[in-house]
Amino acid sequence: MNKKIVKNERIYFDNSATTPMDSRVISEMKNVMESDFGNPSSIHSYGREARGLLDKYREVCRDFIGADEVNEIIFTSGGSEADNLAILGLVKKSKVKKPHIITSLIEHKAVLETIQELEKKELIEATYLKVDKYGQIDLENVKREIRHNTILISVMYVNNEVGTIQPVREIGKYLEKINEGRVGGGFPRIYLHTDAVQAFPYLKCNVKHLHIDMMSVSAHKFNGPKGTGFLYVKEGTPVEKIIYGGAQEFNFRAGTENMSGIAGLAKAVGILAKEQDKEVKKITELRDKLIKGVLKIKGADLTGHKTERSPAIASFVFSGIEGESILINLDLEGIAVSTGSACSSGTLSPSHVLMAMGYSHVEAQGNIRVSLGRFNTEAEVKRFLDVLPGIVERLRDLSPLS
Amino acid sequence: MIRRNNPLIIYSFNHYKTIIKLKKYFMTTSQYNPKIIAHFTSPHNVGEIKDADGVGEVGNPMCGDMMKLTIKVGRNKKDEEIIEDVKFKTYGCAAAIATSSMVTDMAMGKTLDEALKITRQDVAEELGGLPEIKMHCSNLAADALRKAIENYRSKG
Repeated sequence: MNKKIVKNERIYFDNSATTPMDSRVISEMKNVMESDFGNPSSIHSYGREARGLLDKYREVCRDFIGADEVNEIIFTSGGSEADNLAILGLVKKSKVKKPHIITSLIEHKAVLETIQELEKKELIEATYLKVDKYGQIDLENVKREIRHNTILISVMYVNNEVGTIQPVREIGKYLEKINEGRVGGGFPRIYLHTDAVQAFPYLKCNVKHLHIDMMSVSAHKFNGPKGTGFLYVKEGTPVEKIIYGGAQEFNFRAGTENMSGIAGLAKAVGILAKEQDKEVKKITELRDKLIKGVLKIKGADLTGHKTERSPAIASFVFSGIEGESILINLDLEGIAVSTGSACSSGTLSPSHVLMAMGYSHVEAQGNIRVSLGRFNTEAEVKRFLDVLPGIVERLRDLSPLS
Repeated sequence: MIRRNNPLIIYSFNHYKTIIKLKKYFMTTSQYNPKIIAHFTSPHNVGEIKDADGVGEVGNPMCGDMMKLTIKVGRNKKDEEIIEDVKFKTYGCAAAIATSSMVTDMAMGKTLDEALKITRQDVAEELGGLPEIKMHCSNLAADALRKAIENYRSKG
């Protein structure tokens, strides 16, 4: 009992890393684990029951993202696998000898590393789009970088570190315009993939609205279970599987389906469908209060775009002090945030996103990211704002830079 | 089958080696021991000595750590030069601040020759061990101390 109270006193402000599970999701998963253990590939009644459930879950996801067909939803082990499947799968199936891929410098590592690896093995050519100081790519830049052998553009919908929204829809509409001419002229069609892992809980992720061909989603970013996600693959997109050993998921991904995980994913999507509007409103208000409060601190700056940003993410840089020091001080107060400083990443350079946005090493070292979620309250924001100025002041007193 | 059921074989020497390796791996940046946290939250000898006899500055803000250490040199009963006072200012992570605090504690009152013998390893050990990844970048404190003493001596 005691332990529970202490646990509740902590404040979780790291919802972009992962979110606490919703109890409704847990009970749905529990039900499936207890009573529906069948393998959807089996022919007997156990298998058929599981298949029925799987179809139901897939339909929930299809409906939410506005896809045409259920077979456009490929369940994966999460966002990273979805990103890998989209990129590797498309390259593997491509008939272009050495295809060209366009992505941005601020992508999640699941996209960046995958593309870099292919580039290193000289299987593809790659272009990494620069971003402006708000962390946003420019559509004109995208247009300029398109080559005769371009087959894929992969741009995240919302950046996970600073929360800036990318012009995915504009790219999608532009590609739709040029693709017909390209195909007619004997050039390869350009497909558009977006990593919507951070955007999914808060922004409209309708695939028709976004004009996209592929979209990665991860359940644990919206109060679902870890280890589950899906890739939306528009009918006709040439993607080859990267995990072999069976014809599951319409032959896009081998392996017995993670039934309880998928149940949790679908439940979490179902909750979003009902409560997203209300939640976005609440979280946006909290975020704005938080940003207003933090910016009262001298030498504190908000990173990312002022208006085109995720409702949940507020990332700051503090002059003269280092992010990990702030993080640990907050942690000692029971408040969990994250940082892009080098010290925390295990490498010697700070966040690749902040660096791409033009922040200097020193500025980027003073980074703290606060990401809100479903269960955060106004009282928590207030407590954070009470504690933070003292921590910043104390660390500045210690610092030879200020 | 016999091999698999025999606990003596399962928990072989190699198994323990793996556990030790894992432990090292899991002692990452966020897992500081209580002594480090104590020095980090209430560091000793913070500040800058005005008209200091020696100044040592190391690191650079580029890599996330920077330390400025100032000393006041006095003499003990045997008329040896000692560190009468020492203060630091550090920009950096928890490990950087804790090692700074610790090195001032260790140097205070020591003769200059004794203080010069304090190594990075000594500071880390005195703190009960630093996470592996912090050993090279954050453990600048001993270097700053040495620089401050050399700075004093170079003035003649």
